[in-house]
Amino acid sequence: MLRPLKLFGLFARISILNEVQYRANFFMQVLQSSLSLGTGLIVLNVVYSYTDNLGGWSQAELLAVYGVFVLMSGLIGSLVLPNMWAFMEDVREGRLDFTLTKPEDSQVLISVRVVAIWRLVDVLLGIVVLGVAIGRMGLEASWWLAFAFAATLIMGMILLYCVLLLASILSFWFVRVWELMEMMQSIFQAGRWPVGIYPDWLRLGLTYLIPVAFAVTVPAEALTGRLTPELLAGTFVFTLVALFVTRRLWMFGLRNYSGASA
Amino acid sequence: MQRVQGFAQRVKASLQVYAVGARIAMLERLQYPLASLMFMVNVLIEPIIYLVVWSSATAAQGGAVGGYTAGQFAGYYIIWTFVRQFNLAVGPDSFNWRIKNGSLAGELLRPIHPIDIDLGWNLGFKVMQVVYWIPIGVILWLMFKPEVNPQGWQLLSFPIVLMLAAYVRFFVMWLVGLICFWTERIDSLIELYFAAELLFSGRLVPLEIMPVWAQKIAGYLPFQWTFYFPIELLLGRVTMSEFWMGVLAQVAWILAAYVGIRLVWVRAVRRFTAVGA
Repeated sequence: MLRPLKLFGLFARISILNEVQYRANFFMQVLQSSLSLGTGLIVLNVVYSYTDNLGGWSQAELLAVYGVFVLMSGLIGSLVLPNMWAFMEDVREGRLDFTLTKPEDSQVLISVRVVAIWRLVDVLLGIVVLGVAIGRMGLEASWWLAFAFAATLIMGMILLYCVLLLASILSFWFVRVWELMEMMQSIFQAGRWPVGIYPDWLRLGLTYLIPVAFAVTVPAEALTGRLTPELLAGTFVFTLVALFVTRRLWMFGLRNYSGASA
Repeated sequence: MQRVQGFAQRVKASLQVYAVGARIAMLERLQYPLASLMFMVNVLIEPIIYLVVWSSATAAQGGAVGGYTAGQFAGYYIIWTFVRQFNLAVGPDSFNWRIKNGSLAGELLRPIHPIDIDLGWNLGFKVMQVVYWIPIGVILWLMFKPEVNPQGWQLLSFPIVLMLAAYVRFFVMWLVGLICFWTERIDSLIELYFAAELLFSGRLVPLEIMPVWAQKIAGYLPFQWTFYFPIELLLGRVTMSEFWMGVLAQVAWILAAYVGIRLVWVRAVRRFTAVGA
């Protein structure tokens, strides 16, 4: 259990050392993140200038949803997505062979290699937005709330990791899957709003196909006191199943990988 | 007489270039139907999100928000998806990778202006996108029950306005893209450009619903003529005088961007040093 974390720490250090060489990129990221945050907040304000509730969510609560969305985008964008892109590139170029020959678990290796540290700016901004939202909601802090929020956030991130990895694994069979990845990223945008407002067919897709619901709405529900213990348990089971299936398909995909340089 | 003939010949040559470019783009789109489908989902997710958001808001407010009924919102965003297929343009960042990977060097060697290559390719791309759009448009129409009531003249003038909208967006973006000749770091600038487009074009939210300050800013920018104006026209919400104002603005922006491109292009090419030729 500790070994993957140690590997992650090692690779994270290398990534950080690499990226602090290009400090201008930090300011670029700050600019870009503030821009998209600003746009999102303006739209939120416009919507709530015409109504005071959207699918049963008040403005402060929706601000919390948006905060979780920004936070989660930052986490996925810095920790998961760069690894997936690198992995797909490796399959295409045949460099995956080098990873497979290393004496570590290959799935762990390809999952922790890159950390895009500047994207963590979004994590900070998300926390700030969440802080403001929590202040406005007048939330009573409790251990249960903190625990439920942290747990659902982590499980949401794991679920997104599983789905993104599943999509990337497809590159073992179809080399060109980046369109699929881009599609999933744009569908993730639907998470800015609570999935409850979407029509049934879309909500189902956003829950099980691309788990935006688990990644953003459920943590926000935990924070706003809507989460039932049953839903928490269900999320937990779903996460375990997703991890198991992903692992299985990774092994299966590896057997199909024929190498390019060998 | 000779000059007229020369001009006619040049027009004919350009049209041929466009036809060939369009054909290549169409074949490319046909070659990857799955990729085209996913691209379509990419383009469509945005209006569907906002269609749902505004539908919920109208439901919470009991029927209408800011002068739009739920059916009109549905109409707005469904027409949006159609207009979007037409105003797809070559992104400003395309120059970045064309310069970086050296393909621009090859394009410059040809006896055709790169913008002509793009115009033709973009045309074919649009045609195929519209073909792919048709089934999706039908499904959306049946699902969300839009209220679209254009009068005869609005319906008839829509294709022209749509075409003008497409070329406002195309030329303005091409002009913005030329910045790549001066700096490689244009990611943030492009982000800024698209953020402005999202807010001031009616892409996220119909402009009428935006706060007054945003509407004022939008008046100085080209964006509303590429989304809001054609959509509102087909919805049947544009008066005759607004229509003429809009068409005039569209033509003015196309001309301004065209002149801009002519002025900047000569200077841009002079700065260009070929890579990887």
